[in-house]
Amino acid sequence: MSSLFQRALIGMVTAVILTPVTVVAADVTEISGAGATFPYPVYAKWAEQYHHTKGVKMNYQSIGSGGGIKQIKAKTVDFGASDAPLEAAELDASGLMQFPMVMGGVVPVINLPGVAHGKVKLSGELLADIYLGKVTEWNDSRIAALNKGIKLPKTKITVVHRSDGSGTTWIFTNYLAKVSSDWKSKVGNDKSVAWPAGVGGKGNEGVASYVERIKGSIGYVEYAYALQNKMNHAMLKNHDGHYVAPTSKSFQAAAAGADWAHADGFYMVLTDQPGKASWPITGATFILVYKTQDKPESGKAVLSFFDWAYHNGDKMAESLDYVPMPASVVSLVEKTWAAQIKGQDGSTVWGK
Amino acid sequence: MDATPEIAKVSVIPTDWSDRLFRGTTRFFAYLVLAVVSAILVSLIIGAWPALHKFGFGFLKSDAWNPVTEQFGAAVAIFGTLATSAIALFIAVPVSFGIAVFITELAPAWLKRPIGTAIELLAAIPSIIYGMWGLFVFVPVFSETVQPWMTEHLINIPILGPLVDGPPMGIGIFTAGLILAIMILPFITAVMRDVFEVVPLVLKESAYGLGATTWEVVCGVVLPYTKVGVVGGIMLGLGRALGETMAVTFVIGNAHRISSSLFMPGSTIASTLANEFTEAVGEMYTSSLIALGLVLFLITFIVLALAKLLLMRLTAREGART
Repeated sequence: MSSLFQRALIGMVTAVILTPVTVVAADVTEISGAGATFPYPVYAKWAEQYHHTKGVKMNYQSIGSGGGIKQIKAKTVDFGASDAPLEAAELDASGLMQFPMVMGGVVPVINLPGVAHGKVKLSGELLADIYLGKVTEWNDSRIAALNKGIKLPKTKITVVHRSDGSGTTWIFTNYLAKVSSDWKSKVGNDKSVAWPAGVGGKGNEGVASYVERIKGSIGYVEYAYALQNKMNHAMLKNHDGHYVAPTSKSFQAAAAGADWAHADGFYMVLTDQPGKASWPITGATFILVYKTQDKPESGKAVLSFFDWAYHNGDKMAESLDYVPMPASVVSLVEKTWAAQIKGQDGSTVWGK
Repeated sequence: MDATPEIAKVSVIPTDWSDRLFRGTTRFFAYLVLAVVSAILVSLIIGAWPALHKFGFGFLKSDAWNPVTEQFGAAVAIFGTLATSAIALFIAVPVSFGIAVFITELAPAWLKRPIGTAIELLAAIPSIIYGMWGLFVFVPVFSETVQPWMTEHLINIPILGPLVDGPPMGIGIFTAGLILAIMILPFITAVMRDVFEVVPLVLKESAYGLGATTWEVVCGVVLPYTKVGVVGGIMLGLGRALGETMAVTFVIGNAHRISSSLFMPGSTIASTLANEFTEAVGEMYTSSLIALGLVLFLITFIVLALAKLLLMRLTAREGART
């Protein structure tokens, strides 16, 4: 009885060990990734097109940036995706490399009945003080000073934030910490923080629906959500002191000045960038892969997919209001692939 | 009575292998439940250990929840869990009692079936539907009509006033409790109806024969006869309310704060877990979330134990009286 059980167990173990070998031997027809929800629409569109032209399927689970980092560390997926970049030290510790894929913007959305869309102006310090619960009414003198000519109602401000951990929150709080020392010392910058005021909605859609339902509320969502839901957004004062509206152009302007060549491990934060037209809350979303690939074939398949997306996916990204990476950054990324990503035997994985 | 020992003996000694197999299988299934419960408890304790080790009993009292500085406490979530469940019971128990009494004692025969089926249908609706209905349908109506009215008229009443203070957002502890009440109502009603129906007709008829009113029959005959079942039904509802996740997450507002007002946002243990578990990075964060799970496990256990205790005291007092 026990020997039969043992034999069955050995058989099962062998089967499990052998399965990946057979997969590797054949052409890789499926790659998998998990992480950030923010780029999910464009990754899904790329995946569909890629499957159509190259016959390789890409499965992407949009479980959130934190989840993506967890999954790639557990090696259950071929690549992870995160809106918050990992610092070089953490990358080295876990043997990962990261590279930016697309860029986008985070937009403050407001619900003020009777106020025209896209007209309310806010500065970074003011936005931070609203989120700190210091400025509590829309007709506050500090808001009125920036918005002469707009009749602001005496409505209580209800702050709406994300209740789940999120890369969007990371980008948003990173901006607030940069422009407000109060925010930096009291709250800080992370994927989820101890919010001093307001209510929390789950996901971009949760924040969007709270803002749509609560009069006098202010929230922050990815640009695409604000656009799709036709929400009233605010203009923000940027680093150079100009008021800008969130558009693909102002995101691009923010991204233009970024010095990727000197960013260690592609650690780059695009909030509060200089430039006359720069949107201050801009961010890139990143892909995480292992430097040493256990299965070089699937590693190569992953890189081929992103190479294809860099070179053929610009139009698709723009149609969904994302900002594609500039060509100079792409060639920098691909050089890093060739230099850093190796098979277990030390051979280069990436090469055209 | 004399026959009982013999019957017992027959069932204890298995006569053939199929009997033995049956006994073994059922015993295995029964023990499996115990094993699963202990396994859950053990893995919760192991997972929660880093947080419990760092924060100690302060974890239960602290209202901090700061992922940046890694300071965590369960007080806000415990408060939210207990407050929403209390509101839910406060509303659902009287309503369920009314429905159950109406169905069993007062309704004409042709109406019993439709109402009973409607109640059972309520129980079959997935909780996420309640959450979405709450957020998209109930919240706007509530924030525009009921909430301003309550704030305006109750604000000057002591004790009650601070409870209804706050901006009319429609979301918050009170709304979550209300949605929970609707969700647990069918469970409590179904149990109450079932136990009310097993009250022997002869008891009720005798009471009616003595000239008792329906109210007197319900209070004097039906309730004392069925109190174990009624308490059981309420506990079933309470258990569901304590652990309900998605519907609460939609409407509670998910803020880590304790407010004196029921109209302000809060969070429950289950909603915190639903919101934050997937994105929690760092050992202390994850461990604190698991510790919250452990706290919920213990709260549920304590509630069930108290219910058992209550029932035991009720039966004991009854024994003393007769």
